[in-house]
Amino acid sequence: MGFAHMGMDGLHDFIPFNTARAVHTNLLVCWLLLGFMGSAYYIIPEESQNELFSPKLAYIQLISFLAVGVTAVIAYHLNWWEGRKFLEIPRPLDYLVVVNVLAFLYNILMTLFKGKKQTTTSLVLAMGLLFAALLYLPGMIWFDSQTLDSFYRWYVVHLWVEGVWELIMGGILAFLLIKITGVDREVIEKWLYVIVGLTFLSGILGTGHHYYYIGAPSYWLWIGGIFSALEPLAFLAMALFALNMYRKGEKKHPNKAALNWTLGAAITSFVGAGLLGAAHTLPNVNLYTHGTLVTAMHGHMAFWGAYAMIVLAIIAYAMPNLTGRKLYDNNMTRYAFWLSNIGMIGMTVAFGVAGVAQVYMERILGVDFMETQKEIEPHFLVLVLCATGFTTGVILYIVNFFQHGKPTDEALVSE
Amino acid sequence: MLTKSQAKLFFLAGTIIFSVLFLGLSYDTHVNHVANQPYEKTITPAVIAGKHLWEDNNCMGCHTIFGEGAYYAPELTKVIDRRGEGYVKGLLMSPTPWGEHTSGRKMVAYGFSDEDAQNLVEYFKWAGTVDLNGFPAKPKYKIEANK
Repeated sequence: MGFAHMGMDGLHDFIPFNTARAVHTNLLVCWLLLGFMGSAYYIIPEESQNELFSPKLAYIQLISFLAVGVTAVIAYHLNWWEGRKFLEIPRPLDYLVVVNVLAFLYNILMTLFKGKKQTTTSLVLAMGLLFAALLYLPGMIWFDSQTLDSFYRWYVVHLWVEGVWELIMGGILAFLLIKITGVDREVIEKWLYVIVGLTFLSGILGTGHHYYYIGAPSYWLWIGGIFSALEPLAFLAMALFALNMYRKGEKKHPNKAALNWTLGAAITSFVGAGLLGAAHTLPNVNLYTHGTLVTAMHGHMAFWGAYAMIVLAIIAYAMPNLTGRKLYDNNMTRYAFWLSNIGMIGMTVAFGVAGVAQVYMERILGVDFMETQKEIEPHFLVLVLCATGFTTGVILYIVNFFQHGKPTDEALVSE
Repeated sequence: MLTKSQAKLFFLAGTIIFSVLFLGLSYDTHVNHVANQPYEKTITPAVIAGKHLWEDNNCMGCHTIFGEGAYYAPELTKVIDRRGEGYVKGLLMSPTPWGEHTSGRKMVAYGFSDEDAQNLVEYFKWAGTVDLNGFPAKPKYKIEANK
């Protein structure tokens, strides 16, 4: 897609841009949902001191979820989709997702409530997952009016990423901080409540920043403006919380890779989701930036920092425990962390420069869309170069995962 | 100092209060505002058919409407005002991809039938009538290219 933005759309006949984009965003969402589900399958049994209710159901659910995902990707290449941003999967597959998620929730909630303990961390995580499932439903209603269609589509998209997903992120973050820093659970869980409280206090009415220019009443301009300006507070609290707990922690956990990803997620989400979101959230700014590459600048770093990094953190934490391997940290994990993050920062800057230039040329000076795009093509070369660094980092993470992801008895032998 | 139960109360009360407020405002937006707008009463079967075509072909995967979608191709809310009905319809019916010889970027050649292309045009015309609180903003300046 970066090359296509540079005017080199060579794959157009096989993979037109709208197909590439639907695959790009939907793979992200699918991968993150899998990551959240995997985290829940790891965290909930441990927190509730109970074996997973049905590992068999979990396998069936994993395989069917992947089958739906693969079918959707093939469908996009055959021009079969619903064509609504982020909710592109064809309608029949929507129903399969619902059944799949119900099976997942049944498995998790049975594990949680039949367990010995229901900790705050596990309850917050389970609540996030439950509400994420419920909020998927308004996105499935058909509206003749584009305004109402858009209005309820944001119930899913906004209230997921700036609402209940933050609950899931907060739950995973709290779990990791309890394990890695050794700070008292009561202290961490108290701040978890404050953070998720701030998330909903700002994030629910913050949905209004999507209602400025879609035909909704003008009161959303000030409601959305005020509450979305408060949204960075939740991310700031999350970053300060993670750093403070790390400083307070007496326990020096040997898993430095998990620590890097955990603190990295808390800080990058504040920059990507909090600060870069706030940069264009006020209505008088958004009037000009709405629907430009400025949104892509915010979107890429926000998803990476808040959600991708926390999933990579829990994988980094869980893998040595699951495999029984005492290898926590090596050069490859460090390169993976720094290359992917530096790459993402570079990509964000490239999107930002392209986006701001687009806003000034097209929206302020009235230059034609395509002429503007021609002028900003060089920024996509920078984007592609940085994306190469980012991808190299991610590949190193994956190589490390497969190299050291098999069970071993080295922990037992050395003891 | 804040206790854990106070923090829990803050979370639960905040969530409930703001959820109720949000649902109330959603009701007001949907029932009292949007449903009473003149443009809601001009959604003809052709506009609805156009919206189906818009979604079935994932036009939002490249374009934006009401500023929502992807950033690869132009915003289409006011496309009929900007380009005229004939140009848009012709492009939708063309068997050759837009940009094939003029631009690095291309648009899929959908080759729509006359009826489908007209339905999409009706959908764009309808979108152009919606009151979007000033979006898309009129550029502050208008500059001409040095040829």
